[in-house]
Amino acid sequence: MSTTTVALHMSDGLLNAPTSLLFGAVAIIGVGVALTRARSDLDDRAAPMAGLVAAFVFAAQMINFPVLPGVSGHLLGGALAAILAGPWVGALCVSIVLVVQAFLFADGGLTMLGANITNMALIGTALGYLVALAMRPIAARGRSGLMATAFVAGFVNTVAASLGFVLEYAIGGAAGYSVVTAALAMVGVHSLIGLGEGIITALTVGAVAGARPDLIHLLRRRRPLADDAAGEATMEGTS
Amino acid sequence: MSAGHATLLHRPGGSPVHLAAPEVKIVAAFLTVLCVVATPRHVFWAFGGYLLLLFGVSAVAGVPARWVAKRLLIEVPFVVLALLLPFTAGGEQVAVLGLPLSVEGLLAGWNILAKGTLGLATSLLLAATTAPNDLLLGMQRLRTPQLIITISSLMLRYVELIVAEAGRMRIARISRGHDPRFLWQAGATARSVGSLFIRSYERGERVHLAMLARGWTGTMPEAQRRRPAPAWSRTRTWLLGLSPVGTSAVLLGVALWTA
Repeated sequence: MSTTTVALHMSDGLLNAPTSLLFGAVAIIGVGVALTRARSDLDDRAAPMAGLVAAFVFAAQMINFPVLPGVSGHLLGGALAAILAGPWVGALCVSIVLVVQAFLFADGGLTMLGANITNMALIGTALGYLVALAMRPIAARGRSGLMATAFVAGFVNTVAASLGFVLEYAIGGAAGYSVVTAALAMVGVHSLIGLGEGIITALTVGAVAGARPDLIHLLRRRRPLADDAAGEATMEGTS
Repeated sequence: MSAGHATLLHRPGGSPVHLAAPEVKIVAAFLTVLCVVATPRHVFWAFGGYLLLLFGVSAVAGVPARWVAKRLLIEVPFVVLALLLPFTAGGEQVAVLGLPLSVEGLLAGWNILAKGTLGLATSLLLAATTAPNDLLLGMQRLRTPQLIITISSLMLRYVELIVAEAGRMRIARISRGHDPRFLWQAGATARSVGSLFIRSYERGERVHLAMLARGWTGTMPEAQRRRPAPAWSRTRTWLLGLSPVGTSAVLLGVALWTA
């Protein structure tokens, strides 16, 4: 076993019980919202994409890239999932990966699941997707624009997730080091991990754009956001 | 560490713990860890009690303690962090073997170490005694939304698919004269990650269409051998399955009382 667990995965006892429960509730509400919104996104054809994105994020989290001596990071995959499968399905995919890791591979504490989901699946995915959305005009221009968008989204996704940890630690950290120490260490290390995350997100999205551009959720609908609901309705009709 | 990872932790067996309904085990594991985390950190004997409880469960399940101990090593990064705390944290100092250590840091390090280890051992026992498919079945019986079951079951299938596809691509690279070593291997993997995704997606798409053609609906099929149990037997299963939780709850209660 290598040092996979360093990157953001929190072990039991890192936060106190009330904070764990609070972020458990945040995670349940967030995943609930994602569930209701994802239903319209996920037809028979999109289901294998969601499964594959989840499996890919899962497998990619096994690939470690060394960051500092003794510290290695892994892909979080939130931005990748949001760009390829949409923000709602993407958040669900990352949440499922975290749940399966906690139950099957004992990676990340069971009671920290809420906080881990809040950081990596909700905060990370949401901010990564917002960045991608803001950069959509660039992304739509061509493959290099899309890859640049994916890189920035991947970077923001990782750093935002680490800031989520700092927030939780500030509210109810149960380990002995100060919030400032935690913030500096987490954000510093995760800026480096974010570079790796950005590169791998860009490479994956670039390859998908080259072979199967129809699979990229971010580019699927180039209408203004107001039309999204109508677009989803027609998508559902095709299943 | 990638190949065969998906079934690495499951140890097939026929012990009462293996045969217990998966939904009972999921609830029991979760509640037990919740008790551990809620225990005040300075009530040291309570953690010994939890440890004895886990030893008991692993003995009944026939999971050797050595097997669990070996897999606990995944925790090492946290242990290192916890071992540093007595030196870095401030506050009241105490001399241990001539070294000035922070009391607050010692307690905080102990807190992470004890709770992390107990939590990890609990999930290890759950994973060792429950096959991945049974866990999904358990989640389904606990009324997990259908969408999540569908995505998770596809995910578990596709993980093996991706690992196999990555293995094929690696053999293809080596047979073309690529000589991978430590970090350079990672570089090649990173560069081919996009094509790995496309290849896996297209294979997965075929797998999915084949599954649909054979009548897959997205739910986990209930196994034929398991007939619906009568109500008294289900109550008994839950009571038996939750008995470790009862023990932990008593430990927690006494710990909170004496704290």
